[in-house]
Amino acid sequence: MIATTGTTTPPKQGSPILAEENINPDTRHGVILYVEDVSVSFDGFKALNDLNLYINDGELRCLIGANGAGKTTLMDVITGKTRPDVGKVSFGQQVDLLSLSEAEIARAGIGRKFQKPTVFENLTVFENLELSLAGDKGIITSLFHKLSSEQKDRIAEILKTIGLTPQEKQLAGALSHGQKQWLEIGMLLAAQPRLLLVDEPVAGMTAQETERTAELLTSLAGEHSVVVVEHDMAFVRSIARKVTVLHQGSVLAEGSMSEIQSNPDVIQVYLGEEQG
Amino acid sequence: MTTSTQSIFSFLPPSLQSLATKMTSLHFVVTTLFVATLYVSFCNLVFEPGSALHVSTYTVTLLGKYLCYALLALSVDLVWGYCGILSLGHGAFFALGGYAMGMYLMRQIGDRGVYGNPELPDFMVFLNWDSLPWYWAGSDSFIWMAVMVVLIPGLLAYVFGSMAFKSRVSGVYLSIMTQAMTYALLLAFFRNEMGFGGNNGLTDFKDILGFSLQSDTTRIVLFIITAVMLAIGYAISHYIVKSKMGRVVTAIRDSESRVRFVGYKPENYKVWIFVVSGVLAGIAGALYVPQVGIINPGEFSPLNSIEMVIWVAIGGRGTLYGAIIGALVVSYAKTRFTAIMPEAWLFALGGLFVLVTLFLPKGLAGLAPQLIAKFKRSDSAKAADTADTKSEVKS
Repeated sequence: MIATTGTTTPPKQGSPILAEENINPDTRHGVILYVEDVSVSFDGFKALNDLNLYINDGELRCLIGANGAGKTTLMDVITGKTRPDVGKVSFGQQVDLLSLSEAEIARAGIGRKFQKPTVFENLTVFENLELSLAGDKGIITSLFHKLSSEQKDRIAEILKTIGLTPQEKQLAGALSHGQKQWLEIGMLLAAQPRLLLVDEPVAGMTAQETERTAELLTSLAGEHSVVVVEHDMAFVRSIARKVTVLHQGSVLAEGSMSEIQSNPDVIQVYLGEEQG
Repeated sequence: MTTSTQSIFSFLPPSLQSLATKMTSLHFVVTTLFVATLYVSFCNLVFEPGSALHVSTYTVTLLGKYLCYALLALSVDLVWGYCGILSLGHGAFFALGGYAMGMYLMRQIGDRGVYGNPELPDFMVFLNWDSLPWYWAGSDSFIWMAVMVVLIPGLLAYVFGSMAFKSRVSGVYLSIMTQAMTYALLLAFFRNEMGFGGNNGLTDFKDILGFSLQSDTTRIVLFIITAVMLAIGYAISHYIVKSKMGRVVTAIRDSESRVRFVGYKPENYKVWIFVVSGVLAGIAGALYVPQVGIINPGEFSPLNSIEMVIWVAIGGRGTLYGAIIGALVVSYAKTRFTAIMPEAWLFALGGLFVLVTLFLPKGLAGLAPQLIAKFKRSDSAKAADTADTKSEVKS
C-alpha cells in the first residue's frame, strides 16, 4: 500500500518492532514535510489557496498570520482531518499523507498539539504519557500490556523534560492550564514523532510559563522538527529562527524575524494592522 | 484510594487492617458475593421453614433475579461509565440471551405441553406449523444454546457497534439509535410469525438439563451459578478496566479526537467494549429466564433499558461495584414499592434519579469517600484550631 522506494531511515532507537507497518519518512534531501500547491475551499471560501510550504528536518518554524489566514486549516490538512481539493502533501519524500488516516498519520510520526489543551483529564499524568508512547496501538496488545522498564525510563525522562515529575500521580484534570499544555507536549514526545505541530502553545499562559514553553520548544528542535502556530509576536520573536507568514490561504513571506519585519507586504497586511 | 480504605478499616486490628488495605475492590466484591451466597444457601437448606433463620426459596429466587440485574448493570456501566457510550438499548442484549435460554427450556418440555407434541412447542402447534423453523435447529442441545446465548448478543453488538462507531455516531444520536434498535426488536418479537411465541413469549418451562425448575435444589443451584457468573463477569470487567485497554477506553470517554491523534483507533475499542458488554448482558438474560420462568417481548421495552441506566446512575457510574449496588438497591426498592403502591413506583424511581443526580453526582458508591473526605476535613479543621493554622492552608 505504501511505496517504500529508496532507503528509509532506520527506526529510532527504543521503538519496538511494530505489528503495524512502520512508516519512515525519507529525508535525504533534508526536507521532512512537503506541502505543494494545496487548495482547500469551504463553500466557495478558499481557506488555503495554492499553498507551498517546506519544513526542513530538525528545524523550528513559526507560522504566523491573521485570523482566517489558514493556519489551522493547514494543520488539519497535514494531520488528515481535512482533505485538500487539490495538491500534494508528503512526509519525507515518499510518504503520501493524503492516503493515510488520522491514526496512521499519527503513527507515522506527526504529532499535533491542539489550541485548547486536550489531555485525558481522568487519567494521571503518568497514564497520559503511557497511552501516548510509541508502539502497537491494537486492542489485544493493550489488553495484555505491561510496561517495560525501558518504557518506564522513557516516561520518567519525558516527565523531567516537561517538568512534571512531582505531578506524576496527579490526575491530569487537576493540573493548571500551563501544566496541561506541557503535558500535551510531553504526550507528543512520548509518541517519538519526527514532526511536531504545535497550535498556539502559549495562549492563556503567564509570562513565566511562556518563557518555560519557549525553552522547551527550542530544546526540542534538532531532534524533532517543530512547527509552531502562534499569535503572540513577542513569543515568536523569542524562539523563531525562521518565520512563515500566511495570508489569505497562501504564503506571503518567509525568512528570519528581522527580514519579515522589514518586508513591505507583511507590514501592510499584518504588522501594519497590528500597529494601526 | 489506599488512604480511604485505611480509614474505613481503622476499627480492625492492625493485622487485619494491612490485609484489608491490600485487597482491591475485586476481592471485596467476590468475597462478599461468596459469603452472601453461602449464607443464603445454607439458611435455605439447613433450617426448617418457620425457623427465624430460614431463608425461603422464594427469597432465594428473588435474590437470583437481583444478581442477574447486577450483572446487567455491570455491562451497562462498562460502556456508559467507562467509555461514555450511553446505551438506551441494553435490554435487547439481555432479552436475546434470555430468548436463547428460553428456546432450550421450551424444547425441554417435550410432550408434556398442552398439545402433547414431542417436537413442537405449544404455540407452534397452535399456529398450525408442522415443523420447527430453521433457526430453532439445535435448540434441544444445551451446549448449542449456551453458545447462542453468547453469540447472538455478541454478534448484534458487533454489527450495530461497527456501523455506529465506524461512521462516528456518538452522543445523543447513538442513544436514540440504541433505543430504536431495542424498539424494533420489541415489535418484531411481538409478531407470531417470528416463531418466538409472539405476545406471550416463551413460558411454562419444566426442566433444565433434566432437573425440575420447581424443585428447591435446582433453584438454589441456579442462584449459586448466577452468583458465580456475576463474580466472573466482575473479574473480567475489572481486568479490562484496569488494563491499558481500560485506560484507552477512559481516554476515549474524555477526549476521543485526542485518542485518535495519539494513534489509537477509538472506533475499534468502542466496538469491542460494546461487544463484551453485550455478551455479559446476554448471559445475565440467560440466567434470568429459568429463575423467573418466562421471557416475553416486554423485556425489549425501551423503558427497561432506561431503568438499567438509572440503576447505574444511582449506584455510581464509572465504578463497577457502584453498578452492582445500584441494581440491587433499586430492584429491592422496586419489589417493596410495587407491593405497597404499584402505581407510584415510576414516580419514586424518577424522584430517586433526580435526588441522586442532584446530591450524589457519583452515586451511592461515591457516598462513602465523600463522607470520609468530610470527616477528614472536620478533623483537620479541629486540629488546625488547636494547633497552627498553616496546616489547614496546606490541606
